[in-house]
Amino acid sequence: MSSSAAAPAIRLKGISKSFGGKRVLVDLDLEVKKGESLALLGQSGIGKSVLLKHVIGLLKPDAGTVEIGGVDLWAASSRERDALRRKFGMSFQEGALFDSMSVGENIAFPLTRHTRKSKKEIAERVAECLELVRLPGIEDKRPSELSGGMKRRVGFARAIALQPENLLFDEPTTGLDPITTDVVVKVIEEMRTRLKPSAITITHDLKVAFTIADRVGLLSEGRICVDMTPKEFEQSKDPRVAAFVTGNSDLAPPESEPERRAERGRAERAGEAHV
Amino acid sequence: MTAVLELLGRGVLSVLEGVGRFFTLFGMTLRGLVSPPWAPAATARQVVRVGVDSVPVVLLTAFFTGGVLALQTFKGFQRFHAEGYIGSVVALSMLRELGPVLTGLMVTGRAGSAMAAELGSMRVTEQIDALVSLATDPVQYLFVPRVLAAIIVVPMLVVLADAIGIVGGYLVAVSYLGANPVVYINNTFQFLDMDDLTSGLIKSAVFGFLLALVGCQCGFDTEGGAEGVGRSTTTAVVMGSLSILIADFFLTKVLF
Repeated sequence: MSSSAAAPAIRLKGISKSFGGKRVLVDLDLEVKKGESLALLGQSGIGKSVLLKHVIGLLKPDAGTVEIGGVDLWAASSRERDALRRKFGMSFQEGALFDSMSVGENIAFPLTRHTRKSKKEIAERVAECLELVRLPGIEDKRPSELSGGMKRRVGFARAIALQPENLLFDEPTTGLDPITTDVVVKVIEEMRTRLKPSAITITHDLKVAFTIADRVGLLSEGRICVDMTPKEFEQSKDPRVAAFVTGNSDLAPPESEPERRAERGRAERAGEAHV
Repeated sequence: MTAVLELLGRGVLSVLEGVGRFFTLFGMTLRGLVSPPWAPAATARQVVRVGVDSVPVVLLTAFFTGGVLALQTFKGFQRFHAEGYIGSVVALSMLRELGPVLTGLMVTGRAGSAMAAELGSMRVTEQIDALVSLATDPVQYLFVPRVLAAIIVVPMLVVLADAIGIVGGYLVAVSYLGANPVVYINNTFQFLDMDDLTSGLIKSAVFGFLLALVGCQCGFDTEGGAEGVGRSTTTAVVMGSLSILIADFFLTKVLF
């Protein structure tokens, strides 16, 4: 275990992934150290969620390796893989709460499945998690009764129930009003100070990114093309960053860049065949 | 020319991929069925939803099928004065064939489609991803209780369907076709074998397995929002029914 103590919490090496001929991730590298928080920016549909799903093994890369604390996720057995997944808490875009269960049962789900805690201990932990996301006492509500912001925070509570070492947030504030966004950001901040996890957060909101992250990465053309501190990011002259900071579409690279590159590759191969 | 070949190749590949995926999930479900932990509470819930809730529709179907079978057989057998054997024909047909198949088809329409819709909406709202992220095997958690419940409960429904089908035939024959009740009942059981019942029950257990597996799988592989859920539900009913009818032929051949 001593070697894994020095290893980065999350390391992606040479990840490539295509869907039906469309190349989404191309030879992507990414490292997140223990306790570090990375915000991931990028245009919609560029593959940020795909990247996040690779980190926790929801998607298997076509090429490359995913290492969690120095352990190769896809070289491990399925049982070991599940053990690695337990080190993660993932929050999904719309919360992804199990709608067949109450809020309390949702948060208790990982606890009843993966711990030997008694009913009372579980109820206490559920209450504690709800407290942390500032929604005390809503255990008996159904997910369908909750607003979008509440669903996401219940999703956070479920994600942190097992006190994971790593947190993944998929667009935690997208589509929320500014006040709810602020609440969500404060909740994320509080989870960070209490649990000190490594974190990857996908967001479109620069203000959110600058508040919760130590590093800001920009995903473009299937790779992390920019990786700097929030301060550097804000002042960067890089046209891709400037396009994002100012919100100017004229500065941004065309959307289908990786696809076009793949197309070019195909054309080249076809050319070779003809020669 | 290359375009045609490419299209053909892609078609073949996608069919093979589908078949491969079916058998992968088939294997994973089988492994889940034989390896603990089973979830008795979740299975019981599914038994209620697949079985108990299907009772009315299965009984109605069986009753009218038994009745119409008596009517039709009468029409045919009258031509060579064999009306006395209506009871045997109804009982044999119900036990060996119509009870299992019609019950299988009705349960596919009711429960297989519901499974596809439920798992499909779980897929499109990322609940299945959430399950995996919480280190829970979705096949073990979602497929196994449903498939297990269907295997247990479809044969039970078939026993009910067989009985009610025979009752339906009896009522039609006695009250409408003027058959002698005592002779009719005698005839019903005269040529029946225990094999007729067990072969039907073995078939129905397989049908239960198939309809639940196909329903779960269609839902599990849903793509593309609400429209995708609708498509999966339709596919579950079509593929579920087809697989029952095809399996029926081969099982009957083997079990004869």
